Amino acid sequence: MKKNKIYPIWFIIAPLILYIVFFLTPSLLGVWYSFTDWNVRSKGIINFIGIDNYIQIFTSNIDYSSGILNTLKFTLISNIVKLIPALFLAILLKEKLKGKNFYRTIFYLPSILPFLVIGLIFKSILNFNDGLLNAAFEFLHLDFMKQKWLSDLGVVWKSIYGVDAWRGIGYVMTIFLAGLNAIPSSYYEAASIDGANFFHKLRYITLPMLTGAITINLVFGLTYGLKVFDIVYVLTNGGPGHATEVLTTYSYQLYANGAYGMATALNTILFLITTVLGVMIVTYMSKQEVRND
Amino acid sequence: MTKKLHQNQQTKHNPVLRPTQHRARIIQTLLKQLFCLFLTLLVISPIYLVFINSFKTKGEAARMSIALPTEWHFENYTKVIEDGKLIQGFTNSMTYSVLSTAVAVLLCAMAAYVMCRNRSKLNTMLYYFTICGLFIPVNFVTVMKVLQTLRLAETRAGLILVFTSSMIPFCVFTIKSFVSSVPVELDEAAVIDGAGPLQLFFGIIIPLLKPILATAFILEFMGVWNDFITPLYLTSKSSMWPMNLAVYNFFGKNASYWNLVFADIMLTCLPVIIIYLLGQKYIISGLTSGAVKE
Repeated sequence: MKKNKIYPIWFIIAPLILYIVFFLTPSLLGVWYSFTDWNVRSKGIINFIGIDNYIQIFTSNIDYSSGILNTLKFTLISNIVKLIPALFLAILLKEKLKGKNFYRTIFYLPSILPFLVIGLIFKSILNFNDGLLNAAFEFLHLDFMKQKWLSDLGVVWKSIYGVDAWRGIGYVMTIFLAGLNAIPSSYYEAASIDGANFFHKLRYITLPMLTGAITINLVFGLTYGLKVFDIVYVLTNGGPGHATEVLTTYSYQLYANGAYGMATALNTILFLITTVLGVMIVTYMSKQEVRND
Repeated sequence: MTKKLHQNQQTKHNPVLRPTQHRARIIQTLLKQLFCLFLTLLVISPIYLVFINSFKTKGEAARMSIALPTEWHFENYTKVIEDGKLIQGFTNSMTYSVLSTAVAVLLCAMAAYVMCRNRSKLNTMLYYFTICGLFIPVNFVTVMKVLQTLRLAETRAGLILVFTSSMIPFCVFTIKSFVSSVPVELDEAAVIDGAGPLQLFFGIIIPLLKPILATAFILEFMGVWNDFITPLYLTSKSSMWPMNLAVYNFFGKNASYWNLVFADIMLTCLPVIIIYLLGQKYIISGLTSGAVKE
């Protein structure tokens, strides 16, 4: 069969053009503009200024570099906070348990809701004076647990991780469940006969057999964490002060203030981090594919 | 079944342990159920809070209690639909979600099919080139620049094209892995019968791809519906705002009217919740296709 005739290349062209024009070109243009003084007043005259934007990012009195660090911190911690509980939850819901399908449906539900809406809801729940959370602690006579969830410097990140986990754990759990369902139950039976306990089984059967699901969760989790915007923007808008700013919130502020060159410089830093990560993962995946073929 | 048999065998070997073992198992199940119920409560209570407070008066809603409203104010909803310009927001959200997703799923199905069937060096390279986009963040500042250059800034068409483009990597990735499960023999038979590439694809392949197309459509539809950052960057006219942005601005203006904000939130979430409950099996199968493969 003439493959190029039956499977013509023009089937690929339309999405490829869209992808290049509206997705890739902006990112690459961003690299170029990050070396210019492009801003809201530059009416067509844009000057090349070398690495001035980058120098400013790391020396300005607005602490952009802490925004970069916060992004990395969020990526790391939010994933730990979601992946580990989600794994145990998936193990729990894999076993015989009445109503497990109901629980699965409910636990996944938050991850379909718009982030913006979740942010608004939790803004009200975490309110110090009349929020539901503090009211619940008061009701349970646990007044010492009451916190200024969104304005106390020591607590605000925990609130963000909490809300993020509330939304995301069900999603991670669902992917783990699919991985668990593919492990033959005979493995566990054999291990039981040999006297293996829960942790032996987890270490020697579950985790090694779950690499596919773990990879998927890590890939989605890492890219999500690096690009995080909505939840921080709506919950704290980077506050109190600039304590919870991440790369994307700083970039949006700069954009809103018309400092486009600076904004693209920040985006370019994010672009570099994700591209390095992405190329590593795609290379790994293409090797896997070759092995499977 | 085999597990049960095995357990019976074990208990037969240790008859002494039987009652305590039995009791331990009951307690364990009970604890598990309690734990799951607690988590269910944790998930449901914020949603319940929004629901119940959306029917209260302004003063009553401000207290954020979980008690039932003293009077049910259904008119909160009609008020919010008028004041929050929700009809317009709903129409915008629907237009963006349906059009951009439909275009993306169709185009990506064609591309993924060719990439999967004709594994020439060029096609394989294009495939990996495309899925690199799974990781790359959209640079909205320069997207705006591109839209301005193409005279598409502040237009619905421009916004839809941006949405479509941003979902191409994910769609190609998920659809391609499904295409490999469709037998090639079907293609060969169709070609022998004289079918051209378009006839072959739309007549024979598309019907077989229905489950994955449904999955991709539902996931990406919800993605656009929930997307906040894209319209935040790319639209300044309120007439173009999707529901998401309309809610946010409504909240900005009426932050103390939690009853109305909550009614607004309920109406924004309703479409995705309905789609989730109807299309649950497609969502789960789509999410998990990658997890089971290896």
